[in-house]
Amino acid sequence: MKVLLVDDEKELVSTLAQRLGFRGIEADWAATPQEAIALLDQNHYDIAVLDVQMPGMDGFELKEKLESAAPHMAFIFITGHGSEECYHIGCSKAGEAYYLVKPVDIDSLVEKLNSLKDKGETK
Amino acid sequence: MTSPYKDKSPLQQGKVMSHLSGEFLNYRRIWLLSFILTALFALVPVIFFALIDYNLTQKSMEQDAEARASRLASNTWRSVSFFLDERRNAIDYVARSNTRAQLSSSKRLAAILSELRFSFGGFTDIGIINAAGYQEAYAGPYKLAGKDYKDQAWFDETMAQGTSVSDVFLGHRNVPHISIAIRHRSPNGAAFVVRATIEHQLPRIFSQLKTTHRGDIFLVNTQGTLQTPSRYFGRVLEPLGMALPPRTGETKILSQRNDQTGELIIAYRYIPKTPFVLMVVKSKQALFAPWHEAKTQLIKYLGLSISVILVWIWAVTAYMVRRLKNLDRKRAKYFHLAEYANKMASVGRLAAGVAHEINNPLAIINEKAGLIKDMAQFKAKYKEDTRLHDALDVILDSVKRCGRITRQLLSFGRQTQTIAVPMKLRTVLDEVLIFLTKEAELRKINISMDIPEDLPSVICDHGKLQQIMLNIINNAFSAMSAKGSLTITAQKQSGDMIAMSIADTGCGISEQNLQEIFEPFFSTKTNAGGTGLGLSITYGLVQELGGRIEVKSRVNQGTEFTVYLPTKQKQNKD
Repeated sequence: MKVLLVDDEKELVSTLAQRLGFRGIEADWAATPQEAIALLDQNHYDIAVLDVQMPGMDGFELKEKLESAAPHMAFIFITGHGSEECYHIGCSKAGEAYYLVKPVDIDSLVEKLNSLKDKGETK
Repeated sequence: MTSPYKDKSPLQQGKVMSHLSGEFLNYRRIWLLSFILTALFALVPVIFFALIDYNLTQKSMEQDAEARASRLASNTWRSVSFFLDERRNAIDYVARSNTRAQLSSSKRLAAILSELRFSFGGFTDIGIINAAGYQEAYAGPYKLAGKDYKDQAWFDETMAQGTSVSDVFLGHRNVPHISIAIRHRSPNGAAFVVRATIEHQLPRIFSQLKTTHRGDIFLVNTQGTLQTPSRYFGRVLEPLGMALPPRTGETKILSQRNDQTGELIIAYRYIPKTPFVLMVVKSKQALFAPWHEAKTQLIKYLGLSISVILVWIWAVTAYMVRRLKNLDRKRAKYFHLAEYANKMASVGRLAAGVAHEINNPLAIINEKAGLIKDMAQFKAKYKEDTRLHDALDVILDSVKRCGRITRQLLSFGRQTQTIAVPMKLRTVLDEVLIFLTKEAELRKINISMDIPEDLPSVICDHGKLQQIMLNIINNAFSAMSAKGSLTITAQKQSGDMIAMSIADTGCGISEQNLQEIFEPFFSTKTNAGGTGLGLSITYGLVQELGGRIEVKSRVNQGTEFTVYLPTKQKQNKD
């Protein structure tokens, strides 16, 4: 399983990638949506974990872009802002279970990644 | 909640509020002012026209009284003149129908006297006086034949003017008499005078006339001696006691004030060819008695209508000002509601903003600490260092705790949205209680919640529901001094409703106040900064959500608010 992490907080994504690495999940990270698109050109990812609020492009927009390039990908959203509106849009786009509010518990993230991977495999 | 004042700062609205509460004090003055002004404008014309009417009526009454006195004087004058003319004509007839020789015979004269007595009555005597003033013949009770009248004023007057009437004098049997003399000429051209004395019959005629309004009719001679008795001025031959008015040819009016008789209207007329002045007297007081009665009646009606007008104006202005007051209060309530909503929205935005800003560094701390923990776990060097692991666990737990708090802050901030969505009562309660648990702990207030897991979600605007809960729980807290318990329960009700009840063990609300607690501006804490709007706002919010609120309370035992909320979307949302 290969995961792409996108968040404008570089410290956050880099650490998260490292920690996922400890747990046997190969993760690349990008600090901007452009970087993420560039990474997708060169690599294959099963799942993308996207921050909802990013400068320039929000997580949902980025999801559309990534999905059009790699339709098989699954997505998890993380957000620092838990407004009702965001929550409803996020849930409708990712499903309630795959919309996480920061700070994210690493174990629940791993769990969600695994379950998405299983879903992808059974598909 | 949408409001045109949403963009105003709370400071500005505070000014609006204090301005309004200033206005509240002036309703009494507004009412008094409008009452006085309206009453003035209504009553001034009424009183003005009443006064005009009063004066006009009085004037016309006076003129009427004078006209009546004048008319009576003229009529009486005519009667007196007629009476005297009749006697004069009778004497004239006697002179014409008898020869000079016949008249000079006392016997014949006695016969004539008895005929005159028979025809007219009141004739006392009759005499014939020659041009020299010598009484040639006489018939009557006295022995006056041969009397010389040459030097007497009446004789000269008769000779000069052809006729004269004497003043009244006490004659035979002390009865008042007058004498009438007529100058005549015999066929040879020699003048002679026929003079007759008659009983004074005018008082009798007058007494038939002077009947109403304490009227008085009398004769006075040109010397000011009464010739007939007068009600006001005295008896026959007594002096009149007032100056005679100047001689005129027609009836005139004068008025006289007298201490005993009051004001008198006197109509007078000189009777030509006699020394008499006829006077008709009317007492103004008596004449005006009906007018005084009417005046009293008029004043009574005026007073009555003024009272009715005043009562009416009082009622109308009181009603108007009360309505104005209610409208102002309603307006102030909406201002306040808007201000409150605005405040809540600001707090929400602030909370959400703070939470969001904290969440990102918190997430980094979380990941970094997690990374250290991961490294410690995966590297044998640190694996056994329990202190390091404990410290990292504490950091991670604290991050989790912060996360919980920021999450609750965020959902509190969601109240700026006004979409009615299904939500769990328990979740919203938890969000609200986070602000209150610390206070509850400090004040030793025990909060217990009994909300069934399978309770249906309520369809609510998040913020409004929070506000409702906050208001009620805040009230419950302020009702309880230290120690107490707050019990929150919820049950499913029939008809797609749930009932949430919040009960405290506080001071309770008296039965009298219980009926008014949802009224705006009703507060028992005005001294302690209460606006009296909290529960009225709560009431309004519950209604907006399509629910209802009930309250039960016992003094010193506690209060229980029950809020009924819908679990299904209503068709007509506010």
